[in-house]
Amino acid sequence: MPHPLLSVEDVSKSYDGFKAITNLTFYLFEGELRTVIGPNGAGKSTFFDLITGRAKPDKGKLDFGTDPSKSHDLTELNEYEINRLGIGRKFQTPSVYTEHSVWDNLVLSLKGPRGVFASLFHRLDSADRDRLDEILKTVRLDAKRDWKAGLLAHGEKQWLEIGMLLAQEPKVLLVDEPAAGMTDDETDRTGELLLSLAGKHSLIVIEHDMAFVKQIARNGQVTVLHQGTVLCEGKFDEVQSDPKVREVYLGRGKHGTR
Amino acid sequence: MSAATVRRIEWIAVAVIAFALIVLVPLLHANGAISNFWISVFGKWLCYALLAISVDLLWGYTGLLSLGQALFFTLGGYMHGMYLMRMIGELGQYKKPIPDFLVFLGWERLPAFWEPFASFPFALTMVFVVPGVIAYLFGFLAFRSRIKGVYFSILTQALTYAASIMFFRNNLLLGGNNGFTDFKFILGYKLNEPGTIRGLYLATAVTLLLVFLFCRWLSKTKFGLVQQAIRDGENRVLFSGYATAHFKLFIFVVAALIAAVGGALYTPQVGIINPGEMQADKSLEAVVWVAVGGRGTLLGPIVGAISINALKSWATTAYPDLWLIILGGLFILVVLFLPGGIVSIPARLKALAQKLRAKPEAAAPAKP
Repeated sequence: MPHPLLSVEDVSKSYDGFKAITNLTFYLFEGELRTVIGPNGAGKSTFFDLITGRAKPDKGKLDFGTDPSKSHDLTELNEYEINRLGIGRKFQTPSVYTEHSVWDNLVLSLKGPRGVFASLFHRLDSADRDRLDEILKTVRLDAKRDWKAGLLAHGEKQWLEIGMLLAQEPKVLLVDEPAAGMTDDETDRTGELLLSLAGKHSLIVIEHDMAFVKQIARNGQVTVLHQGTVLCEGKFDEVQSDPKVREVYLGRGKHGTR
Repeated sequence: MSAATVRRIEWIAVAVIAFALIVLVPLLHANGAISNFWISVFGKWLCYALLAISVDLLWGYTGLLSLGQALFFTLGGYMHGMYLMRMIGELGQYKKPIPDFLVFLGWERLPAFWEPFASFPFALTMVFVVPGVIAYLFGFLAFRSRIKGVYFSILTQALTYAASIMFFRNNLLLGGNNGFTDFKFILGYKLNEPGTIRGLYLATAVTLLLVFLFCRWLSKTKFGLVQQAIRDGENRVLFSGYATAHFKLFIFVVAALIAAVGGALYTPQVGIINPGEMQADKSLEAVVWVAVGGRGTLLGPIVGAISINALKSWATTAYPDLWLIILGGLFILVVLFLPGGIVSIPARLKALAQKLRAKPEAAAPAKP
């Protein structure tokens, strides 16, 4: 068995006595598309906060890298350092630079030097432009490249943010509820896009919408979080028929399978 | 109207204003149409324009509302003022080789830190070094601790307030509440001669143009993009691999230096610098100039600083008691009805004209 790309071992985090994450253990392998589901308050967003350095765990290990001798301890790095290692995050509410054009949003995300002085004398070369053109096509914003991002529709902003993530060329994409607020058609296309990224990238997708989870999980692993810890893990059908999962979801009258 | 046309109109506007300020005003002064008094007043307004640009770089472009920019302006003014004080030589009231206020405080010899200020290059270096270092230290601590929004504003206000209290004290040996005044010479020229007055004005106008062009360039670089992205979504920038604190620190220091240059040019033209300039309300006034002129633009702060100070010159003689009410009212009006400031008026008028032109067509009966 290969070494996981991301290892989260026995991690706990509490806020003012509220246990957001308790003894969570989680492994992500290279090229995998992992779906994480769980009711509200299950700790999904805190989970991402811990991986991306926004929050520090009270205990536990967070390691990144397939080579154990060269892996990085994420608990010692801050947000931008973790991002530079190749962990990109898409927020739940679309966060794009509303006053910049779609193109400039992508320019800012493009992989490359991130320092103050590098940014003063930065120029796009033709390879960069080609790469941005390609991303624009992938997220279907080709025709709106000169639009102010703030003028885009909600679904388009979500797509732009995914495009911004792609421009960073991350090893791992953390995607928080990408289908929220999207039409069925947009949801479907978002699913296809995420599936096309798996393999080349590794992804963790947090999602509520079961139809969408079913679409993207396919034969991959689904992790169910409940009260800050892993309730169960397995294929979509296994998870769906698991009595514990049914109780957590159906017992509280929430999010039945569609 | 295409983006290229807009850009051309903008450049024409800049060229016209630059020509008027750099060529026309000095020429009119040289042949007597503008008095010594008025060209110094214009010079003072342009110094304020530099202060306004400094506020706007932070507030309009980076989303950092600094309520302490007048501190850096005044520090620049003090550093240059120390040189000007040394140039008085033995022409002070007490006819001593040290500044009058030191004689008054009982000093016989010059305190050591005053010594090097007889050198203009040294003073000029200090104009940059002192405000720059203070901005760096303050910014380093504030941004490392991720102090944001209103907390940042309050801290900057507290910083300038604390500094003013310090400068009001006589034992700082910087003139106490009187500050520095009675300057006589700069670089060997008499300060009250028309040529010197014109030269100082010209230096201010040229500096303003250079600062404008620099900021213009900066806002078009990737740095400028990052800066504005921090304003609109700092988390996204941080989670895209940028150390936002470094970017904020850099622009905070640059803004402090611009304010300091404004202050250094202010001192000889106004003839006095004192701690009153770094009191809390001075920084707030500069924020109003930017809001009224148009924040997030480069022409806005210049237009705002000049027009409000022109208004102030008139109002403080015509209605001295009402000035603060006028200023406050103007601020409220702009925030409510003209959020883009004065520089947004042409675009607004154009939009209005288009609307009026479009209406009759829409109202016309459809052809059967």
